[in-house]
Amino acid sequence: MFKIVRKEELVPSSVILHEIEAPRVARKAKPGQFVILKATETGERIPLTMADTNPETGTVTVIFMVVGKSTAIFSGLKEGDAYTDLIGPLGRPTDIEKVGHVVCVGGGTGIAVLHPIARAMKKAGNRVTTILGARSENFLILKEQMGALSDTLIAMSDDGSTGRKGFVTDALQEIMATDKPDLVVAIGPVPMMRAVSELTRPAGIHTLVSLNPVMVDGTGMCGGCRVTVGGETRFACVDGPEFDGHKVDFSGLAQRLNAYKAMETEAMAAHRCRMEAQMNQLEKQA
Amino acid sequence: MQESKKTPTNRHPMPEQPAEVRRHNFLEVPLGYTEEMAQAEAARCLQCKTPKCVEGCPVAVPIPRFIRAVAQGRFAEGIRIIWEKNGLPAVCGRVCPQEIQCEGQCVLGKKGQPVAIGNLERFLADWERNHGDGSLPAKQPSTGKRVAVVGSGPSGLTVAGDLVLKGHGVTLFEAFHKPGGVLIYGIPEFRLPKAIVEAEVSILEKLGVDIACNTVVGRAVDVSELLAEGYDAVFVGVGAGLPRFLNVPGENLIGVYSANEYLTRANLMKAYDPLYDTPLVPGKNVVVVGGGNVAMDSARTALRMGAESVKIVYRRSREEMPARAEEAHHAEQEGVEFLLLSNPLRFDGNSEGRLTSVTCERMTLGEPDASGRRRPVPLEGADFTMDCDLAIIAVGSGANPLLTSSEPAIRLNRRGNIEADPATGKTSMRGVWAGGDIVTGAATVILAMGAGRKAADSIHDYLMRGW
Repeated sequence: MFKIVRKEELVPSSVILHEIEAPRVARKAKPGQFVILKATETGERIPLTMADTNPETGTVTVIFMVVGKSTAIFSGLKEGDAYTDLIGPLGRPTDIEKVGHVVCVGGGTGIAVLHPIARAMKKAGNRVTTILGARSENFLILKEQMGALSDTLIAMSDDGSTGRKGFVTDALQEIMATDKPDLVVAIGPVPMMRAVSELTRPAGIHTLVSLNPVMVDGTGMCGGCRVTVGGETRFACVDGPEFDGHKVDFSGLAQRLNAYKAMETEAMAAHRCRMEAQMNQLEKQA
Repeated sequence: MQESKKTPTNRHPMPEQPAEVRRHNFLEVPLGYTEEMAQAEAARCLQCKTPKCVEGCPVAVPIPRFIRAVAQGRFAEGIRIIWEKNGLPAVCGRVCPQEIQCEGQCVLGKKGQPVAIGNLERFLADWERNHGDGSLPAKQPSTGKRVAVVGSGPSGLTVAGDLVLKGHGVTLFEAFHKPGGVLIYGIPEFRLPKAIVEAEVSILEKLGVDIACNTVVGRAVDVSELLAEGYDAVFVGVGAGLPRFLNVPGENLIGVYSANEYLTRANLMKAYDPLYDTPLVPGKNVVVVGGGNVAMDSARTALRMGAESVKIVYRRSREEMPARAEEAHHAEQEGVEFLLLSNPLRFDGNSEGRLTSVTCERMTLGEPDASGRRRPVPLEGADFTMDCDLAIIAVGSGANPLLTSSEPAIRLNRRGNIEADPATGKTSMRGVWAGGDIVTGAATVILAMGAGRKAADSIHDYLMRGW
């Protein structure tokens, strides 16, 4: 069992932070790596990239958005509760080198994944410009932490409720014109990573993206997470999750992410019904 | 008994679920012998002075001795005779290819049907689980030595069982959340109920084996770190868990699975049970590519998941099919069709990227290849297309490089398998042994156990006397 020592609702009932006891993983984990979590005996295995690790306290931190039944079950776990299973660290760590000017682009909960990578890039002596994007102010997570480790921070929101109104690509385009990056790291929803890659491709700026395909084991034994990169089939769990954004087949990835959509929607609806029934029961008792 | 020596009787068949019933459920197909059936079958054994059957068993179970115990109704004693050589009899009695091992050597088989050794082994293991007093094999006093066993499949379980009985401290590291390896994620419930694997593994735990699940050696900890942490020896039995694909167009469409993924979702994650959360693409028209036991397991699982039609597509003919005859026969009884001498050329899908059809070429058999089997050659102009919304690729698996790439001191062959001494299991890294599919490539449960047995003997020798 893997105990939750700290829980924060970064966005109430939607974006959740869990700091979890897992000493072996915390000792070995490097930026860019992920864990697989399973909350109950009957639950499924869900990959989440670590937002932080602390070898001293022996804890790892994940941040996730509630998008379906499993993340809804995760979000119901409180401080002191435990996940039945936590496996990691998995995947290849990010290649951290001093290259000069690194622009880190994060969207939504991708900002959590970007956090340890940006920190390591800064520590390696790079000048770090960070562009964060969210639909509105509430959803812009880790703004202070990212600001503290970046030389420059630019916040963008779809509705203009924080920072500037617009997309992360708008800000990136301006930077490319005035202060050309040596490396771009983009992590967020597939359409965002695709747009960033399309923007940097003609300029020949090396662009790393962190892919999030469906996974089962996370150790290379099933190929469920396969993606096409440079025309070749690669397993994101062992060859990735980071790849050259200019070589990734994003439409293939987007399609495969929809493989279980109908079943997921059904499972979530059934889960919600059960939760509401339970709530009604509790209210009646009260 | 005297009678049977002159005129060999037929073996007592094991009752099984009728094909029409079992194709809709995940319950075990063979139902097992009753005590009476087991005693009657055991009475057929001639109790040979130099038993050939034992030579045919990769772990040399004293077969005539345990069969005599069954014949005389001494079941508790019978299982203890098996345990001297085999810690997983409920598993082996079910999944060993006995026809080419112990039963293939039985003298009764020369004129009639061999003794049903596998069925009797299974009977004793099941009897002990249901009626036994729970007493365990005797353990040697503690040696104070510690051994790390990496991978909890058949080879790792054998090494752990052998060494714990010899008095060593054993930790079994497993990457998945449940121990058992292929016994848990690969072989389906209807061939090997998971409760039985769990019961056999729990015997190891009662003997004192410490099982550390969710630990990926090569990521969470390296082999050299285990040695530095104070383990005196390490056994690597991580299997052959890297799926092969066909490398044809359309293989990444939704609905195309590796057999590893399909079976892991179905077995380990229990996707067939509505109480469990892991989903599986339901197929109406299913195509399974390959001719081994894994292909049969996948096809029979797809039927039970509600498929209307399940076809095995295999590029050679029935004769060259590597699956056990019994497995292919069971699949056929349940309604799986065999499309032999056929090979997929491409998969096609709709605008959502979902699989809709498969196009195959017809093959003919040419000259024998390096494996001794006749090489399949495509027939020009005979391509055909079938509707297909679920395809399962079961064309074998290779060595997963996750552990080996993290430990350069362990020498590999050009296929990525670990080079280990065939007699001892020693690798090129001091203090490290290997065995099972990571050494041989994908083989059988019992061969992996045989390799585990040899390695355990060698590790014991090393711990007591030195390298």
